[in-house]
Amino acid sequence: MSRLLRPAVVVWLLALIGSLAVIANTHFTADMSAFLPRHPTEQQSLLVDQLKEGTLSRTLLIGIEGSDPAGRAKLSRGLTRALMQSELIATANNGSDESSAQERELLFRHRYLLSPAVTPEHFSVEGLRESIANSIDMLASPVGVLLKKLLPRDPTGEIMQLFSALGGGSMPNSQFGVWASQDGQRALLMVQTRAAGSDTDGQEAAINAVRLAFAEAAEQSAIDDAKIELSGAPVFAVEARATIKSEIRRLAVISALGTIALLGFAYRSATAIMFGLLPVLSGALAGIAAVSLGFGSVHGITIGFGTTLIGEAVDYTIYYFVQSSSADGDRAQRWIERFWPTIRLGVLTSICGFAALLGSGFPGLAQLGLYSIVGLITAAAITRYVLPIICPAGIGQRPLGNGGLGKRATAGLMHLNRLGAQGRGNWIVIGLALCAAAVIFQARDRLWDDRLSGLSPIPPAAQALDQKLRSDLGAPDLRYLVIIRRHGQEAALAASEEAGRVLDRLVDANVIAGYNSAARFLPSQASQQQRRDALPERAELQRNLNEAVRSLPLSASRLGGFVDDVAAARTAPLLDRDQFQGSSLAMLIDSLLMHRKTATGEEWTALLPLRAAAGQDIDPSRIQAALAAANIEGALCLDLAGESAQLYSAYLHEVILLSCAGLAAIAVLLTIALRSPRRMLHVLAPLLATVLIVIAGLSLAGIKLTLLHLIGVLLIFAVGSNYALFFDRPAGEAQAPLDTATLSSLLLANMATLIGFGALALAKVPVLNAIGVTVGPGAVLALLLAALLAKS
Amino acid sequence: MKRLAALICLLCLATTASAAWDVNQLMNDLAQKTGGRARFVEKQYLAVLDKPLVSSGELSYTAPNRLEKRTLSPKPELITLDDDTLYVERGGKKFSLRLSSRPEAVAFVDSIRGTLTGNRKLLEASYALILTGTQANWTLRLLPSDSEIAVLLRSIDIRGVRDRVTSVEYQLADGDRTVMTITPVETSP
Repeated sequence: MSRLLRPAVVVWLLALIGSLAVIANTHFTADMSAFLPRHPTEQQSLLVDQLKEGTLSRTLLIGIEGSDPAGRAKLSRGLTRALMQSELIATANNGSDESSAQERELLFRHRYLLSPAVTPEHFSVEGLRESIANSIDMLASPVGVLLKKLLPRDPTGEIMQLFSALGGGSMPNSQFGVWASQDGQRALLMVQTRAAGSDTDGQEAAINAVRLAFAEAAEQSAIDDAKIELSGAPVFAVEARATIKSEIRRLAVISALGTIALLGFAYRSATAIMFGLLPVLSGALAGIAAVSLGFGSVHGITIGFGTTLIGEAVDYTIYYFVQSSSADGDRAQRWIERFWPTIRLGVLTSICGFAALLGSGFPGLAQLGLYSIVGLITAAAITRYVLPIICPAGIGQRPLGNGGLGKRATAGLMHLNRLGAQGRGNWIVIGLALCAAAVIFQARDRLWDDRLSGLSPIPPAAQALDQKLRSDLGAPDLRYLVIIRRHGQEAALAASEEAGRVLDRLVDANVIAGYNSAARFLPSQASQQQRRDALPERAELQRNLNEAVRSLPLSASRLGGFVDDVAAARTAPLLDRDQFQGSSLAMLIDSLLMHRKTATGEEWTALLPLRAAAGQDIDPSRIQAALAAANIEGALCLDLAGESAQLYSAYLHEVILLSCAGLAAIAVLLTIALRSPRRMLHVLAPLLATVLIVIAGLSLAGIKLTLLHLIGVLLIFAVGSNYALFFDRPAGEAQAPLDTATLSSLLLANMATLIGFGALALAKVPVLNAIGVTVGPGAVLALLLAALLAKS
Repeated sequence: MKRLAALICLLCLATTASAAWDVNQLMNDLAQKTGGRARFVEKQYLAVLDKPLVSSGELSYTAPNRLEKRTLSPKPELITLDDDTLYVERGGKKFSLRLSSRPEAVAFVDSIRGTLTGNRKLLEASYALILTGTQANWTLRLLPSDSEIAVLLRSIDIRGVRDRVTSVEYQLADGDRTVMTITPVETSP
């Protein structure tokens, strides 16, 4: 009992309890936040806002397949009706007249507050004559059929402009009155969830509601051969989270079982396995607790990465058990003297590598760094200070070299080590490294995947479906945006109107095809006031109208509705956001005019998405220049695709810097610890060769490198150095091959690391997979090459 | 039994005799034309207006799928139908409409296209055909068979002389109507 009261044990137990307490209160996430920058630039934060809150993050694209066109149209209508009733769905549109009737009615009712054409001159005799004559001309055109009915109430043609703003751009194909794909094989809908992109739970509920509503609609209309397809950002977010969750569970089980099986094979003792895993588990708990304290929440990716920690941290106990087994007397003491300095240096190099990740602006990586550092230090410290105290004597004293398979493997490693000691391994390693370098040089142009989507956990099939639905729907990709921030709604709307005037000129000049703006549907109060004041009194309007239509084929007596509507508009209250409540216009306005409370007060962000002319690109710098010339303060033109590409290259740039910093730190550490550039080189040479061979291997396997592979390279140094260090000897010492016990412990430890990282290689989440396929083979190669290079 | 067979024979003969000039024959005549230019005057009688709207300009047709309507007065406008796409140019603005997205527009366009190309199948896809008159002065009435189209359109009367269309009259369901008279422009080869 007295053993358990030793300071080291007490500290350990207290730390364990503390960690568990922190973890119990930890918020775990599995959303996309791990992929978004921690310290964004202004442009990046706009991009992040869009990804988290923007329209795009709420838009579901829905396809109905199977049955016949009439059946699909029926389902589309049934589904739309049900979704418009749902609390979870903000808007549902299937292209049918009924799904936009309310919006058109609203625009028509408020047309005199909404139309920019409304000025006092507009209602003069001359103004009326001109606009009415224009409307009559339009009757003869192809849109005349639509206009005819509206002419008596809207002879000045305010509504046509507003409708075209609502439609904005090309409309999807239509079959039986609802949207359909180009090939006519599926009905299409566009739905916006009420939950924002950052609310994955809410979006999951909305997606389930859609599926349920579809099943009900299918049952009601007795159609059983149709199915629904969903895509869009909410689906991706929900699926990515589900994938990450299930993957983590799977990885944890695989690597835990693998490690336990390996230890069981080596020790043949349940007690040894239990004691062997103690430092690992403590390290994992301490790591999670540290991330929770440091970041406020723990991402699933971090936990997934934790499986590798099992593999690496279990090394320490393997060294402890196996290496001390051949020693006589106080074996723990012998081990501490003989091996601890090497292991300690290994832990320190690993920490140097992981510490570089701490500086990353990519939150997933920074969490990985902290988790690994705390986990490794904890596991090593417990192995060094706690295990010798609590571990019963005689545990795990069964060297691997005694078993059949283990014996052969150890013999193999010993053979390599002997080749190295004789100085014959150098040529093998140099030859392999040169071959690898040649392969890399050959593939240098197709080595990299330079898209952020290379990191995306969305499977290619789902991305393809999204592309298909998106192009069929002509869904805006919202790539180009003008963004204006103000401290009040009125100011933001007024600035939007100013920017709108600039953009109108650009539309006339064919620089852009069009744009949208919240101010179109909700003009600033000042503009509305101005327009309302411009409306003439009833008697005056009637007088002007009588005069204006004298030369036109339209008599004033037919235009009573117009006179009534203008009279009513003069006394109608100004529009505010609430008058749109319940229609899809409310959602549209909210998505174009975002509102949030900040430390300095309220902030309103107006977004004006730009539409490129067919087959043309938009040059953001040209838009920016036009906005600047109009002196619209702080108006920014943003290319979201360019911005996310830049985000990626910023990450890549940062990761390269961090990797270099990590490598430099490892080099400095080794120089100080080994006090010899020659010995440092001796430790690093097999690692350099390993990196070349791994990259060449990945390239031959057709895997394109992302920045995560680069992180993997850094970790090859951080992890692989642990093995290389064992083959390092001070210059004076004999270059004899290592003894069997040491070699077998190295082999066992290496296998454990391979299991940990190998499990990651099985992951479908690209972040985890990339690190797994790089570090897993890297760790094994590092050991083999280090053995081959045992004599420098 | 014999008498019945004779009656059937007689009926068959009667049909062939009167079918010397029928829809098929008209379609054949129309299909011979591969293109041409014509002037048009279009009068729109709309209930909402006191006087008909009159516009005029040129039509040109290139078989099988290109039709151009160039309005010169009162305001210039160019409408081009190319396969499945309708292009409209008006007051310096251009826009296009894919016909397949609007079934009612397809029906309107097919009435013209079917007549000009002598494509009976195309016409019968949306309309019931009633031919009256003689080869020298015929009227082909199209009655929409689809209820969605019938909501907008009551009938289309296409009048002609032999292989030439001389006027097209649309009777809309709301009582408005449009008459377009067509006179060919003799083009020197």
